[in-house]
Order: sequence, then C-alpha cells, then structure tokens
Amino acid sequence: MIKKIPVEHIKDLLFELTKKELKVRYKNSYLGYLWSLLNPLALSLVFYLAFKVIMKVAIENYTLFIIAGLFPWQLFSNSVNASATCFIGNASLIKKTTFPKEMLVYGLISSELIHFLLSIPVIVFFLIIYGKYPTPAWLLGLPLIITAQFLMAAGFSLAVASANLFFRDLERLVGIFTTLLFYLTPIIYSMDIIPKEYHRLIMMNPLSPLILTYKGIFLEGVFDFRYFIYTFVWGVIVFFTGRAVYGKLNGQLAEAL
Amino acid sequence: MSEAAIRFEGVSKYYPLYHHMVRGFKSFLFNMPSAIREMRNSRFLALEGLSFEVKAGQSMGIIGKNGAGKSTILALIAGVMRPTRGRVEVAGRITSLLELGSGFHPDLTGKENIILNGVLLGLTRREVIKRMDGIIDFSGIEESIDQPVRTYSTGMQARLGFSIVAHMDPEILLIDEILSVGDIEFQGKCHRRILEFKEKGVTMVFVSHSMGSVRMVCDSAMWLDERTIRMIGEAEEVVSAYAGGA
Repeated sequence: MIKKIPVEHIKDLLFELTKKELKVRYKNSYLGYLWSLLNPLALSLVFYLAFKVIMKVAIENYTLFIIAGLFPWQLFSNSVNASATCFIGNASLIKKTTFPKEMLVYGLISSELIHFLLSIPVIVFFLIIYGKYPTPAWLLGLPLIITAQFLMAAGFSLAVASANLFFRDLERLVGIFTTLLFYLTPIIYSMDIIPKEYHRLIMMNPLSPLILTYKGIFLEGVFDFRYFIYTFVWGVIVFFTGRAVYGKLNGQLAEAL
Repeated sequence: MSEAAIRFEGVSKYYPLYHHMVRGFKSFLFNMPSAIREMRNSRFLALEGLSFEVKAGQSMGIIGKNGAGKSTILALIAGVMRPTRGRVEVAGRITSLLELGSGFHPDLTGKENIILNGVLLGLTRREVIKRMDGIIDFSGIEESIDQPVRTYSTGMQARLGFSIVAHMDPEILLIDEILSVGDIEFQGKCHRRILEFKEKGVTMVFVSHSMGSVRMVCDSAMWLDERTIRMIGEAEEVVSAYAGGA
C-alpha cells in the first residue's frame, strides 16, 4: 500500500512542521531566539577561559576559532539529541495519522538549521572584531557544506528517533556519545597541536572533516574541497543508513508507542 | 458502486509485548534480525482471522466490548499498523478521525493548529487556508480561535478537531467513538455532517458504543467479540443482537 504524495504537500508538511518547532520553542520565553545564541556563546566563554587564559594554548584569535567550530557543531548535536524524543513526543500523531513520519525529523533539523543560519551574523561580527571579512568562498562553500551536514544530521537523527522507541536507553547513550564525540572533533583544538599518530583517529570521525570545512570557510575564507567531498560521502552513507533503519522500523512505530 | 473500498482477508494482528524485549542495546545492534524475530515471539493477540469487506459508499459500524479489537481494525485500515498475517486492501483516500484533537499542540493557537492539522491530514497549506473560515465557523469557537489550545476545554478541542475533519474531502472516513463529545447541539451538527458525507458517497467505518448512532449512520455492522467476528450483517439486526446478547 504505497501512496504517492504530491511534492507540494511534502513541501507544506516540512514548512509547517519546521514552523511548529520554532514557534513552540519560543512561545513562552522573553528572549526567544537569543537563547539559541547565548548557549554556545556562554560555552565559548568557558572554553576561552579554560584553554586560552588558564592553559594558554597557542592558537591565535581563540574566541573566533572556537565559535567557528562550535556553532556548526551545535547544529549537529542539537538535532541528534532532540531527535531521540522526536517520535515519542509526537506519539498521538504517529498512532493516528498517516503522513510520512520522517518529515517530523526533517522539520526538527530544519528548525535547527534556521537557528544556525541566524547565528552566522554572530560569526561575522567576531570576524570583524578580529579584522577579518567574509570572502566569496562563503557563497559556494556554505550551501554545499550545509547540504552535506543536513544529510549527516538527518541520517543520525532518523536512526536515533526510530530506534529510541524500542530502546529508550538510547536517548541517554546519545547524550554521552555526542559529548565524547565533541572532544574527538577538532573544535576547541586545531589539527596541528595534536600528535601526528592521532590524526587518523580524529579523521575517522565523520564530524571532523565537516568542522574543518567550516573552519576553513569561516577562519581562512577558503573552501577546502577535499574535506568537503570527504564530508559529503560520509553524509550520503549516514543518511541512507539512517533511512534504512527508519524504513525497517517504520511499520512498528505505532505499536511501540 | 459495488467495488470493495476496504477488504480484509484472513487478517490477524499480534502486538509484541515490548517490555519483554529490553535485552540491552548492544545485543540488539549486533543481532538485529534475530533480535527482531525474538521480539515477535512474545506477543499478544489482538485480532484473529478477520475477513470482511466494505463496499464503496457503504458505511459499516463496529461494535463490541472494550478491548475487542475495534480500534485495531481502524489502525489497520488507516495503515498506521500492518497486519501480522493476512491482507488489508484499501482503495481510496483515507481521513481518520481516530481521536479528536490528537494532533493539536497545546502551545499553538486554534488557527495555527488548524493549519498544522489540516496539512498533517493531507491537505496543502493553500487548501487549508481556503477552508479556514468554514472550519472556524463550523466549530463555533470564533472568540477563542487566536488563543493557545491549552486554554480550551476538552469539548472545545473536540469541536475544533471535528470541524477540521468535516472540511476535508475523504473517500474513506474512519470514525472512532467521537459523537459522544460536545454538547447536544454540536453532536447534532456532527451527525448531520456525517450523513452529508454519506450522501456524497464517502465510505465510512464507524466505531461506536452508541447503538443509536450506529443505527442511524450505518448500513451494515460488525460485532467483534474475543478478537474475532461474532456477527456481521445488516446494522439493525446486529445492533439488536448485540443489545440483547451483551
């Protein structure tokens, strides 16, 4: 029983679900969207104090250096962490209606994506403070890397959202996993300050080339095509793996809730 | 006209008992196929060997005790669940009115929920917006339509939920025990709307504990007992037998 769903309807579903995520999140808060900036900014301040002021790491423009990696990281980790409860939180919809459930996950990631886009001016602001400016590489680089990141986040999120219905422990594990992954990703450190023998380990993490592409764009104004391709291939693999997990469990979602 | 809109052939449905399968995440990941097979072994029988059909344009009532499997049948027709054995065939666009207002988000306003719900039920944004005034008017809660739905009473939520469904254009309409909500006046409105759908040739499956509603709306009826069909036939006969025997 496969139903064809017109493209216009899919588009509207995505639009409405994204809008819902954004509206619901800020419905009862005064600072609204500022919260999504304050969080990573506070985190950056902590890292700045810990690593620059106290540990004195030899990375210049350290605040900018962190922000350039932390904002894109948040897009990933927020999506994956929130996805754990994405299906559980919409139990009544899943049990009662027949729209494609994966749209809930895409809506969630799109709302995170919008937050990320709105945080880019903050990155620009810090660039300017440090006497730098956006370059033409942004125009080509950002859309491409964002696409790759969307695929990657969607793949992880679909798998987590579906599997969490059957193993509720997963949502705790995901929290720990993303925290560990954060330190295995060159966000607060650069590749040249870690010993050579660990480079391979770091680069096995799909998030590493992703963050390095972003840092290249934001910090040096250069779009590193090799890192991008590497990220994109990972993104495609993760996306289709995630969809396969979702596809496998899709028929049982309503029963597990 | 006599095409079957819904056909069940030897349909059985088991629910896995999910609390039995928490065997750790690692073992699940590493033995995914066998782990899933194992889950299927600890299960609970919800429906057994059901065969029936509903012809296009007909309406069928499903009656029976709580837990007899009535809602499971609707979930199978709607396609939110798949049968464990047997085949379910459905021809036509389904709108399910399984639980009024189940898709509402408490923090969004009535209007925002109308659009979200309409889109989730299968309309495009443009179609929902076109029907907006009609929906609000039908619901009779104009004054509160810009308030968050969490401030609504249960009855108001049900009104809004029904109004949205009343403005869809279904070919097959699934109704789960809804006419008991709202005040007498609104119940009357709902009944009239359902009869209008019937006149338009919408196929309906109607789960209810209200024998009066079943008599009024349905052509045929099915009496479910102990996970299987006890009796199926003319609505009038089945309802009298049920009312006499239960």
